[in-house]
Amino acid sequence: MQGNKARSVVSILDLSTDEINNLMNVADEIDKNPEKYQDKCKHKILSTIFFEPSTRTRLSFEAAMLSLGGSVISTPDSSSSSAAKGESISDTVQVISNYAHIIAMRHPKEGAPVVAAMKASVPVINAGDGGHFHPTQTLADLLTIRRTKGSLSGLTIGLCGDLMFGRTVHSLIEAMLRYSDNKYIFISPNELRLPEYMRDSLNKSGVEWEETSSLEYAVPKLDILYMTRVQKERFFNEEDYVRLKDTYILDEEKLSTAKKDLAILHPLPRVNEISTAVDNDPRAKYFYQTLCGKQMRMALIMMLLGIK
Amino acid sequence: MNLDGVNNGIVLDHIKAGKSMIVYDYLKLWKLDCCVALIQNCQSRKMGQKDIVKIDELIDLDLDVLGYIDPGITVNYVKDGKAIEKKHLTLPETLTNVIKCKNPRCITSTEQELPHIFKLADNEKRIYRCIYCDTTSEATY
Repeated sequence: MQGNKARSVVSILDLSTDEINNLMNVADEIDKNPEKYQDKCKHKILSTIFFEPSTRTRLSFEAAMLSLGGSVISTPDSSSSSAAKGESISDTVQVISNYAHIIAMRHPKEGAPVVAAMKASVPVINAGDGGHFHPTQTLADLLTIRRTKGSLSGLTIGLCGDLMFGRTVHSLIEAMLRYSDNKYIFISPNELRLPEYMRDSLNKSGVEWEETSSLEYAVPKLDILYMTRVQKERFFNEEDYVRLKDTYILDEEKLSTAKKDLAILHPLPRVNEISTAVDNDPRAKYFYQTLCGKQMRMALIMMLLGIK
Repeated sequence: MNLDGVNNGIVLDHIKAGKSMIVYDYLKLWKLDCCVALIQNCQSRKMGQKDIVKIDELIDLDLDVLGYIDPGITVNYVKDGKAIEKKHLTLPETLTNVIKCKNPRCITSTEQELPHIFKLADNEKRIYRCIYCDTTSEATY
């Protein structure tokens, strides 16, 4: 399986806007006619290597490959992988390149998939690297927004919670900046505001954006509300985590001032930042988002394997 | 410019006053066997004061490192006592193993053999970004 350098997706910036739009079109086709795609990846193998615990993303990748008729090889968790013995990422992916046609990788260290993509001879998909990027979650988010709002332009988007370490937030912003006439409201405690490089991107693109610490202030203005969890694993200090984890909890009362066609998204897992009472609200789209994620991963795997 | 004392070698001119020792360290000029002269706080019409480094041998210089330390430096190559080539520097597009990523969450913090590579992100503000984790590093010299 080794050969020429394969194309990988480490950041959402690795995909052109046309490619993203095309992936969404393919995902829509998959949604309408799943049987047509059930053998597209027959005899192809996906390897999921996850150096950090994950249920949802790994299952989504594996379900995507199985739905395409392909096979999956995986390690149960990082403690049983060769990384636990001190093997470098570079060595690991060069070995796996001989076993699989494509790799989905999650790693707690930022930039690990960059190293993997440099060394692997098969495509590498970043399934999340620390607080950095999570491009396939972004693809899921984009498809959810397009399907629920009918467009990716002309929207007011609120992103709430951990905007500093929240990789899904950073990737979504980078992607949405490609579509016109969107406004952004960033809702977070001071300690978890957007990092500097994201502010640079926003300023360079010239979009309208503001920051607030009040969810109540932002809710009535929004077409999309993207909630995130304050992630314990991103903190070096337990006290900081405990202090910040319950800052924002979305409940029916806070939603009383929201637009009727608001779409509420969340990359999941949720802890308590969205009350379970909101689940029955038709504006809650976070479980539907996971279906969109699987279909976008199917479309991406096909694209990177050159299968039409 | 005074090229006295260099017959076949390199004169690094227009170094900001006080930076010649940094140039000396970064270029590892202490490793050379030839004569190396550091001249500090020379009078300069253009700069007021400047430093000059003279190297009495035509060595391969890492111009990226030099450009990073001070893009205003002029590199003069001297042969048989005459200046044969003059190079003006700019901030390099890529820096490899010149600066280290300080982000404890970066993959370079655990995989020690990885080269620390930074790309120029903002020429005006002299900001570089780690290619792995996007953490910024300002050119502070």
